[in-house]
Amino acid sequence: MISQIFILSSKGDHLIYKDFRGESGGDAVGVFYEKVTALTGDQPPVVMSHKGLHFVHVRQGGLYWVATTTADSSPFTIIEFLNRLSALVKDYCGSLSEKSVQMNFALIYELLDEAVDYGYIQTTSSDVLKNFIQTEAVSSRPFSLFDLSNVGLFGAETQQSKVAPSSAATRPIQSSREQGGKSEIFVDVIERMSVVIGSNGMLMKADVEGEIRVKCYLPNCSEMRIGLNEEFSIGKSQLRGYGAAVRVDEVSFHQMVRLDEFDSHRILRLCPSQGEQMVMQYQLSDDLPSAPPFRLFPTIERDSGGRLLMYLKLRCDLPPKSAAINVAATIPVPKGSLSLSQELSSPDQSAELKPQSRAVVWKIPRFTGGMQLSALFKLEVPGLSSASLLEVGPVGLSFELPKLTATGLQIRFLRLSPVQPGPSQRWVRFINITDLNIFTERSFS
Amino acid sequence: MPYLGGEETVRELRRALSNPNVQSDQLRYRNTILKVIRAMSQGVDMSGLFSEMVKACATVDVVQKKLVYVFLCSYAALNPELSLLVINTLRKDCQDPNPMVRSLALRNMTNLRLPSLVEYVEQPLAAGLRDRAACVRRVAVLGWAKLHNLQASSEIDAAVVNELYSLLRDPDPVVMVNCLRALEEILKDEGGVAINKPITHHLLNRLKECDIWGQCQVLRVLQRYRPQSEDELFDILSLLDASLVSPHPPIMAATLSLFLSLCSGQPAVSLAALERVRGPLLAACGSGSREMRFTALCHIQLLLRSIPGLMGAHYKRFFCGYAEPAYIKQRKMQVLVELVNDENVAMLLDELKGYCTDVNAETAQAAITAIGRIGRSYSDRCLEILTGLLGLKQDHITSAVVQTMRDLVWVCPQCSDTVCFALEGCEETLQDSQGRQALLWLLGVYGERVSSAPYTLEVFIDGVRSEASLGVKMELLTATMRLFLCRPAETQDMLGRLLHYCIEEETDMCVRDQALLYYRLLHCGIEETRKVLQGRRSDPSLGVLIGRPAEPVSQWARSFNTLEPLRQGSIETESVSRGSPEHTMFDPKPNADLSNTLDCSRIEKVHSDGDGRCSDSSADILASSVAAPLSLSLFPALSPEEFERLWLQQLALHAEQEEAGKEDFVWMEECVRCPTIPRCSPQSLQAAMQLVNIQTLAFTPPQTLPWRVYLYTHTCLDDAPHSTLILGELLYTGEEPQKAEVHKGSADGGVGAEGIEDEQARQGMEATADGGQEAVKVTLRQQPRDDKALKGFLSILTTVLHTLSSERA
Repeated sequence: MISQIFILSSKGDHLIYKDFRGESGGDAVGVFYEKVTALTGDQPPVVMSHKGLHFVHVRQGGLYWVATTTADSSPFTIIEFLNRLSALVKDYCGSLSEKSVQMNFALIYELLDEAVDYGYIQTTSSDVLKNFIQTEAVSSRPFSLFDLSNVGLFGAETQQSKVAPSSAATRPIQSSREQGGKSEIFVDVIERMSVVIGSNGMLMKADVEGEIRVKCYLPNCSEMRIGLNEEFSIGKSQLRGYGAAVRVDEVSFHQMVRLDEFDSHRILRLCPSQGEQMVMQYQLSDDLPSAPPFRLFPTIERDSGGRLLMYLKLRCDLPPKSAAINVAATIPVPKGSLSLSQELSSPDQSAELKPQSRAVVWKIPRFTGGMQLSALFKLEVPGLSSASLLEVGPVGLSFELPKLTATGLQIRFLRLSPVQPGPSQRWVRFINITDLNIFTERSFS
Repeated sequence: MPYLGGEETVRELRRALSNPNVQSDQLRYRNTILKVIRAMSQGVDMSGLFSEMVKACATVDVVQKKLVYVFLCSYAALNPELSLLVINTLRKDCQDPNPMVRSLALRNMTNLRLPSLVEYVEQPLAAGLRDRAACVRRVAVLGWAKLHNLQASSEIDAAVVNELYSLLRDPDPVVMVNCLRALEEILKDEGGVAINKPITHHLLNRLKECDIWGQCQVLRVLQRYRPQSEDELFDILSLLDASLVSPHPPIMAATLSLFLSLCSGQPAVSLAALERVRGPLLAACGSGSREMRFTALCHIQLLLRSIPGLMGAHYKRFFCGYAEPAYIKQRKMQVLVELVNDENVAMLLDELKGYCTDVNAETAQAAITAIGRIGRSYSDRCLEILTGLLGLKQDHITSAVVQTMRDLVWVCPQCSDTVCFALEGCEETLQDSQGRQALLWLLGVYGERVSSAPYTLEVFIDGVRSEASLGVKMELLTATMRLFLCRPAETQDMLGRLLHYCIEEETDMCVRDQALLYYRLLHCGIEETRKVLQGRRSDPSLGVLIGRPAEPVSQWARSFNTLEPLRQGSIETESVSRGSPEHTMFDPKPNADLSNTLDCSRIEKVHSDGDGRCSDSSADILASSVAAPLSLSLFPALSPEEFERLWLQQLALHAEQEEAGKEDFVWMEECVRCPTIPRCSPQSLQAAMQLVNIQTLAFTPPQTLPWRVYLYTHTCLDDAPHSTLILGELLYTGEEPQKAEVHKGSADGGVGAEGIEDEQARQGMEATADGGQEAVKVTLRQQPRDDKALKGFLSILTTVLHTLSSERA
């Protein structure tokens, strides 16, 4: 049971406030924000209490989504609901930000009114809600030259653009109904990989959490079929096909997915409702089918002037045709590091010292497979001792691998039925977000 | 938040709202109202526009209607008279052919929360219950709950309650669930909606039609149901099995909660359910939402209280991600500590070591504390890491390390040498009072072993005037007194100065009183002082090797799936003791009922009676070979350190025993079949052992592998002149033992002994052969050697184990 729901910006502005039960008087929002700002940590605890008021909050899109509730209510339910609410708002407003929430507050009030009555969750299904929601979304699309490039001479659609602009999936779902927006469907395969590599280069831990998401802008789509690779196998014992097996440990599907063709042909059948939904989640731990995409060769020493020298060589083991983008290496450095001087191998890279997080962040916008980059960092650390070297590392690497999945999962085809009248477009994206931790040499002297 | 220019805005908006031109243009009208709502949600007081907004309510535009209702519901309480004007419009809307308009009107009519309007609302609500459209019925059902809470004193019509009960059979699942919710509120005084067998079965059958939220609600209400028979219970459980492993965490949690409440009388079923949710809970731990991950972690901590070994194989899932927020990292470390076992300890400590230098000081301290907790079982490795951390010379790390060492020494006194060595020189880095208090305690208790202790204390005493912390002053007093007792020559002068300062100049009463107490104590003589101050140096209570003993599920079942486990620090049962460890200590109560020696003849009888079932032949042979009555005794008591020293010394010597020959002790291993022993609770095992005067010193929690128990006792045979000490280890690896071995160390064994040995070996093998994968390996060490007594002891032990396991079975 939820007493109140409010959405706060990170600066504490009231964006949305709705009191469902009128029981808890007083300024709950103020109390919450006071509690949040009183804390020094990087994020306040999920549950906070104040005189019989219990706040549960999640952070999405840089906003606080807060519910006040009673002590005996289920945290799983409330957190799931707040997450679902933010997903709904994202679907209806196009994107999730302070600005979009501010511009669409009437729509969000309407959503809240239909989704929750007297503190009880009624429905969060976008299929049901779309019949009730009347307000239209106001979307703010920043002007971008990229949009222009898609428009050919005299406004004609060009054939050359086979790739959807990255902002294409961030528009409100409802515009497709009235404004004749394009009927499009997006299928995203998102894999989150977290890998820890020991100082000897040995793989210590590898986890992949993947999901297939469908974002649907089709007004009426009765059935959709997604074909995965035929050799996709689940669990350790099962093996399919002759090629390199694509294997995961555990799979779970959204309840609307029908699996009658899954066993034989690896086809998922579903009727997507408008908006975004998770079709499939899967996990793989420990043995990755391929080697981790990066290797790091660090050398750390003190020079005669008492400075800390870090010489890092980073090699990308991807096939030469693919590349990693937005690579960021975070190297923790000793406390009290003052200044950083750097030698990087190309001008598009950058590195800076972040004193509050005590780390050097080395950014590489694009890293083609087979390349090797090196960087030399010199740090001024007053009172550098041999023990301070212990504080260096582990190095964290995060990057995105477009068009590549760590598990090797592919989408063979995407079919819609009945055949859509008029032009409809189908997009498939692969996103791989990785957290790689590489331990540098550690030994206690 | 004050909003400047608020009045100006209100005036402007009022002008626009009453402008006929605006009113006739639907789009402009709607936009003006939108501005009002926007200002309202930014915190500007818009109540002055109430009458204009009431007028705006009468429109055909549904969007405008909705906006106006948002406004009216926020300000109705301030304008009860004007709200009366809205009721007419709302009642008219309740007749609208469009069901959406009907439900909207009905919902907002009840959301106005004005007791004066109740009489106008009842009739449309009653009609709403019989509406054709499900969305209107949903609103109407909850409307009755709102109405009831608005005037809690008045009785709600029994007819309405009956109608709500009958609506539980409504074809729309949301109406059904709303009925449950409404009845729960209306009948709160009677304990909520009646959950009898027909209703329960109806709800269970329709569970699949509901969405996640509805299912959670139904499962929650069903917790009150008590099945009438065991068959019914198991029918319900098997029906709900699919929900238990649901990919949606809310359903999984609600189902488990229901399982636990239904099976409160059947602990075995509850434990099986916990095993079943392991997969879904772990999946929730890897969820994309941090908050969901956190919730799952907190609930895993609850589960681990009952099944410590539940997640042992999955410890890698609890390694911290690089970018995770501190609150998740700290919970993960708390879980990791529980999962330590012989195989993963190296990996785990390596991982925790990495967290010790975390940017966030709290995370770093939590990691150090976690290493300290593991140190209770694996002290050498952990002390090595902790000592290494002192080299970093950072105040927050040093402080955490010293506190951790203090807590560790309190539990494992055998670490004290390493700790004393490491303490040198860390007073320079310590800044905070907690860390300094810990250092002072250590210096006081182990002062004779830290050569620089008096000098360190002297620095503290010289700075006592500027010391702000009360705790540090008190600790300083005690530490100096203690040091004085063991190193009087070096300490006398500074003790005098400290006492003088504290009695003459200190303003705080606590410190002054304590100083006076010590001063007077010294007058009573040094022996008296020693008696008061030289307390225990270690925790005398029973040590658990790893983790803590399993609790019954019922201990925490009620708080499962509530906000309770998510509270900060609610789980930290091993709260980092922030004072001297003595303050949290408790004295073991000697059991006065039990005599210190127990005649064994009674046991022998039990043994021969109860042995028919569990026919362990080797035990039989052994039993029959015991001629003289044997008594066991717990005295003199053996401290855990002493035990460890003897045991390890034994292990080392055992290797070279073959050639050494003349040893004063004997070593033997034996397999005893008692299938359920490793599942026994430590308490019952300990109680049973104590009954026959065997002292258990330490054990692993049940369900963990390998499972171990260490124990000792003294034997005295009636015809033997001296008593012998027996140390023992019970080991259960869970695998089939390769071979039942029987070792006999000493070379002076006669022919008869050889014969027995062979027989034992053969029988041991047989025992293994006939389904002995449940065998518990018993390793015994006796000093001085006395074969008869040893065999007698073994037979007693076997009997106890068999009795226990037959009780379990």
